[in-house]
Amino acid sequence: MAREIPTALAINEALAIAMASDPDVILMGEDVAGGGRREAEGTEEAGGIMGITRGLMTRFGPQRVLDTPISEMGLLGTAVGAALTGMRPVAELMFIDFLGVCLDPLLNQAAKLRYMFGGKACVPLTVRTVTGAGMQSAAQHSQSLYWITAGIPGLKTVIPSNAYDAKGLLLAAIRDDDPVIFCEPKGILFDSSDVPEEDYVIPIGKAAIAREGKDVTLVGMGATVKMALQAADKLAADGIDAEVLDLRSLAPLDEAAILASLEKTGRLVVVDEATPRCGIASDVAALCVDRGFDFLDAPVKRVTAPHTPVPFSSLLESAYMPSADKIVAAVRKLG
Amino acid sequence: MGCVKRLRTAPFVGWALFSAAGSVNNPGMKLTKEQLLVNYRKMRMIRSFEEKLNELVNSGRLGGFLHLSIGQEAVAAGVCAHLSERDYVSTTHRGHGHCIAKGVRVKGMMAELFGRSTGLCKGKGGSMHIADMDQGMLGANGIVGAGIPLATGAALTCKLKKTGGVAVAFFGDGASNQGQFHEALNMASNWKLPALYVVENNGWGEFTPTEFVVPVRDIAVRADSYAMRSAIADGNDFFDVYEKAGEAIAAARAGEGPTLLECKTYRYMGHYVGDPLAYRPPGEVDRWKNEHDALTGFESRVKADGVIEDMELRRIDEEVVEELSAAVADAENDPVPAVEALYEDVYAKE
Repeated sequence: MAREIPTALAINEALAIAMASDPDVILMGEDVAGGGRREAEGTEEAGGIMGITRGLMTRFGPQRVLDTPISEMGLLGTAVGAALTGMRPVAELMFIDFLGVCLDPLLNQAAKLRYMFGGKACVPLTVRTVTGAGMQSAAQHSQSLYWITAGIPGLKTVIPSNAYDAKGLLLAAIRDDDPVIFCEPKGILFDSSDVPEEDYVIPIGKAAIAREGKDVTLVGMGATVKMALQAADKLAADGIDAEVLDLRSLAPLDEAAILASLEKTGRLVVVDEATPRCGIASDVAALCVDRGFDFLDAPVKRVTAPHTPVPFSSLLESAYMPSADKIVAAVRKLG
Repeated sequence: MGCVKRLRTAPFVGWALFSAAGSVNNPGMKLTKEQLLVNYRKMRMIRSFEEKLNELVNSGRLGGFLHLSIGQEAVAAGVCAHLSERDYVSTTHRGHGHCIAKGVRVKGMMAELFGRSTGLCKGKGGSMHIADMDQGMLGANGIVGAGIPLATGAALTCKLKKTGGVAVAFFGDGASNQGQFHEALNMASNWKLPALYVVENNGWGEFTPTEFVVPVRDIAVRADSYAMRSAIADGNDFFDVYEKAGEAIAAARAGEGPTLLECKTYRYMGHYVGDPLAYRPPGEVDRWKNEHDALTGFESRVKADGVIEDMELRRIDEEVVEELSAAVADAENDPVPAVEALYEDVYAKE
C-alpha cells in the first residue's frame, strides 16, 4: 500500500528492505549510527547527517551498521575491499564534495577492478551521497559533482527526483553487481510523494517521462525535475506544451529516451544543478547535435549553475541555482 | 600499552641488525622437510620468474612496465606460508612474488604479462594489475597504498562472515606515508580486524632513499598511533619472517586484531626494468647479494642443519627453469585478445 512519505524516509525504507532481504548488505559511514550504541544511557541514533539511517542500527545491530571514523578514503577503500570479497556494502559519503579526499577507491579501484581482472572481479558497492545546493551550506557542501563519477567508466551514477524513485533506484543500486553512486539531492530529500510499502526496483539506465508534451523537451535530473515541472506549468499558461524527461540515471545515460523525446518535440532544454563545463547538460546537448541533429528545430539550451563556486548568502545561492523562471526564459528564447 | 609488542633496533643499516638471528634453534626450523622444500621452491620460482622477465624485457620480447622484487623473496614466502585459499592478499606494483607465494600459477601470470587472452586477467591487467580471485589474490595495484584498504575490507568480510580467514596487505616503505595506510590501520585497529599489514622496507621508495622521506627509524612504530601490535623481521631471513608473520596471523585468527609487520629487506633491481640505477651507492647491491641474500641464506641454513641435501635444491632449480621455459613458450604462442574484448567487462552486464 502506498502512502505519502518524504524522500529521506523512502531511502531509509529501501535500506531496511535491502538489509532484511540480504545478510551481506551492510552500511558504513560517518555517524550512520552515531550515538546509537549508547541507547542504555538514553541516547538515540544520529542516523547520519540527514538522519536518513536512523533506526537501522537498532534493528540490524552494530555489526551491520558500522560507524566509521571521519576518514573517507579509508571508509570507501575498505568498502571496496569488502565488496570485492563478498559483501554488498552501502557506504555513505556525507556530501559529494568530499570526493576530493577519497576519489582513488572509486576512480582507480571500484571502477576498474572488474575490467583489470578480466571480468573475474565483482564490486557490488553502493555509495550514497548528498548532492546539490539550497541549504546555505556554501561552497564545500553544496556541489553537484556527479559529472565526475558519471565520467568514469565502470561506475554507474543515479539520481532520483522524488521519494518513489529514490526507494526503487536505491534498491536497484544495492542489488546491482557494479559500483553505483546514488545521489541524494538536497532539493528533494524532504519532499513527499506516494511510496508503496513493498519492495520494488526501478531499473538503472532508464529515463522516465515525468510529464508528456509535444512542443519542447525539458530534460532534468534530481532536483531540477521539480523545477522543470513547475516551468512546464507556467509554459502551459502560454500555450506551450512541455514534455519533462527525468534522466534518473546519469551513467548509463538513456540516450534513446532523450532522442525519442527530441524527435517528438524538436526542441530541447537541459537543466542541471551542476556547473556548466564538462557536465551532464553538455553531454545531453552534444548527444542531440551528434545524433539528433535532424530532429532539431532550434538550438539546444542548457540551464545550469554558473562556472563559480556555490555562494553562501541565500540571495546569491538562489541566483546560482537553476529555477523554473530560468527554464521558462530559456524556452522562450527558442522561439 | 599492553597490546603493543615492539622490537627496538638500531637505525636501518641492513641485515647487521639481525646478525644474532639464524641459530639452528630458530623456531622456524619447526617446519617439516616438505614445507621447507615448498618454500624454497616458491622463493626460487619468484627469483627465476623475475630474472626471466628482466631478460625478456631487455631482449625486446616483452613489453609493459615491470617492477621486480628480486631480493625480497623471503618476505612473500615467509608470510604466505601461513595462508590458504580462504585468506586474502593485496599487493603492489611490485607484486609478482606475492602472487607466486599465494599460490597463483605462473603459466597464467606469464600469459597475462604477454597480454594474451589466456592470461589471468585476459590480458587486460598486466603486471601492475595481476590478480587471481580464485586464490584470494586481490590484485597488484598501480596506486601506491591503495591495496591496504582493499585488504582491510577483505578482513572485514572475513570477520563479518566468520570465515576464519585473514587478509594480508603487502606494501612498501613508501606506501606507509600514504593516507590510505593510516586511515586503513586506524579502522582495522578500531574494529579488531583479522588483518596483517606487511611493510617491505627495502630502503628505497622508487629512486629516493627511505630515510629522506620517512622520519621514523622503524616504520613499525607507526602502529603505535593505532594501538596496534607491531613487529620487525629480517626480511631477508625466511625463518624470521615466517616466525613473526605466524605469530601475527595466529593472533588475527584468534580475534586479537591486526599487526603491522615491518620486514627490513633490499631491492636488488631498479624501481622498474630499465632503471639505470644511477642513484644507488656503489657496492650496496653487491653487499646484500654477497652477504645477506634470502635464497643463499635459506640454503646454507637448511644444509647446515642437515635437513636437505644440495642435490634436492638443485633439482628444484631445474624444475623451476623448465616450468618457466614452458610458461614463456606457451605465452608467446597463446592468442592475443579479440579487439571486442576492449569493450567487455566494464560492467557486469554489457
